[in-house]
Amino acid sequence: MHHTIEVKDLRFKYPDGHEALRGVALSIAPGEKVALVGPNGAGKSTLMLHLNGILEVQQGEVCSCGLPVRKENLGKVRSAVGLVFQDPDDQLFSPTVFDDVAFGPLHMGLAEDEVRRRVRDALAAVDMADAISRVSHHLSVGQKKRIAIATVLSMDPEILALDEPSAGLDPRARRGLIKLLRKLPQTMLVSTHDIRMVAELLPRTVIMDQGRVVADGSTPQILSDAALLEAHGLEAP
Amino acid sequence: MFVAASTILPFGSWLAYFLLFGATLVAARFTGLGTTYALRRSFVALPFALAAITLPFTVPGQTIAHFGGLTVTAEGSIRLLSIVIKSWVSVQMAILLTATAPVHDLLWGMRELRVPRPLVSIVGFMYRYLFVLADESLRLMRARAARSGVGAGRSGGSLVWRGRVAGGMAGSLMLRAFERSERIYDAMVARGFKGDILAMSSPVITDSDRNALVGWVTFLAMVLLIGFVF
Repeated sequence: MHHTIEVKDLRFKYPDGHEALRGVALSIAPGEKVALVGPNGAGKSTLMLHLNGILEVQQGEVCSCGLPVRKENLGKVRSAVGLVFQDPDDQLFSPTVFDDVAFGPLHMGLAEDEVRRRVRDALAAVDMADAISRVSHHLSVGQKKRIAIATVLSMDPEILALDEPSAGLDPRARRGLIKLLRKLPQTMLVSTHDIRMVAELLPRTVIMDQGRVVADGSTPQILSDAALLEAHGLEAP
Repeated sequence: MFVAASTILPFGSWLAYFLLFGATLVAARFTGLGTTYALRRSFVALPFALAAITLPFTVPGQTIAHFGGLTVTAEGSIRLLSIVIKSWVSVQMAILLTATAPVHDLLWGMRELRVPRPLVSIVGFMYRYLFVLADESLRLMRARAARSGVGAGRSGGSLVWRGRVAGGMAGSLMLRAFERSERIYDAMVARGFKGDILAMSSPVITDSDRNALVGWVTFLAMVLLIGFVF
């Protein structure tokens, strides 16, 4: 069992010189569901992009599922860590829903029967089985978000890294999404501004600000510390 | 195939043209779109046939009329009429195809016809993101419209200034498209993309598909025969 994320002293500078991560340390145990909160520009998305090697580690160390995120491991790491982007229009790039959900499994080199089975299972898991042959442009934002999650579930990942899953959803779609995330068994790291969802869904909270982890603890404890939340531009639920 | 057959047909084989036109009507009937669907939409392509408008004046042959200082020849007129009819019928068939076959199936078809993979992918991505981009430009224009109030003084600004605004909008649209393409690429890489676009194998060709294909080929061969013999 290596369903873990280990980040040690991770530093990252964008080409324009902006220092997005300044020594991030984070360790997530198997099966944990962790919220990643903090103001815009705190480095949350940059950290997420490191977890399966979209951004190359410049300094420090990242291990996903026990594998160091390096060139030779990228294939394995990418099938173990499912990264769901904020804008589902970025995630759903294929002509039909089926093609999108099949994209990951196909690139894992699975047999076609297995790919088809995984696509059906993943769509069933997000309650979108009927949408299999639809065109993603014609779906609602809530439906697109669900399918975006299905596109990584079909790869059977051990870790899910979700960027702003509840952003832009109406209350009903948001409620449905929370229900869906609750029943998924994977280790989860959820970057979000939705503090109410954090309180409801994720037992552990990590606050990032200015490229560093500034607080890490149980959600009830962190959310009851009004001074801490205030200092990092967050609101108490 | 249909388009190719109609292109090969010699000028002035009216019976063959009539058969092709009949075929589009029958096909339209079968698809359930109604006979007028493609007919109405095909008129948008007619102006392109005007590129051949000079033919009656330039092709040498028997003079049938004078038009200003120009002479109109019978051969030229026949050729013009043939080109217009042929392109019009072909456009109708193409409209029927794109209207009834989902884009997905057309992409399958392209792939099976050995169109290079990257090209097929580009068409697929284009279709997927055309609407997203159109929405984005719509939002930009709305944002401009929403702030284009009329004040007490002279409103609207100078032409140069308005031109600069429009240029800025076009630029920002391009930047957004560029950034989106980077995010899409990230999303592909995150799911294991290594540079080759993979696809599932094609759907199986059924007996009825095969019969339809044989039927079409026979019909088109017959039309060609009629066109060349009569």
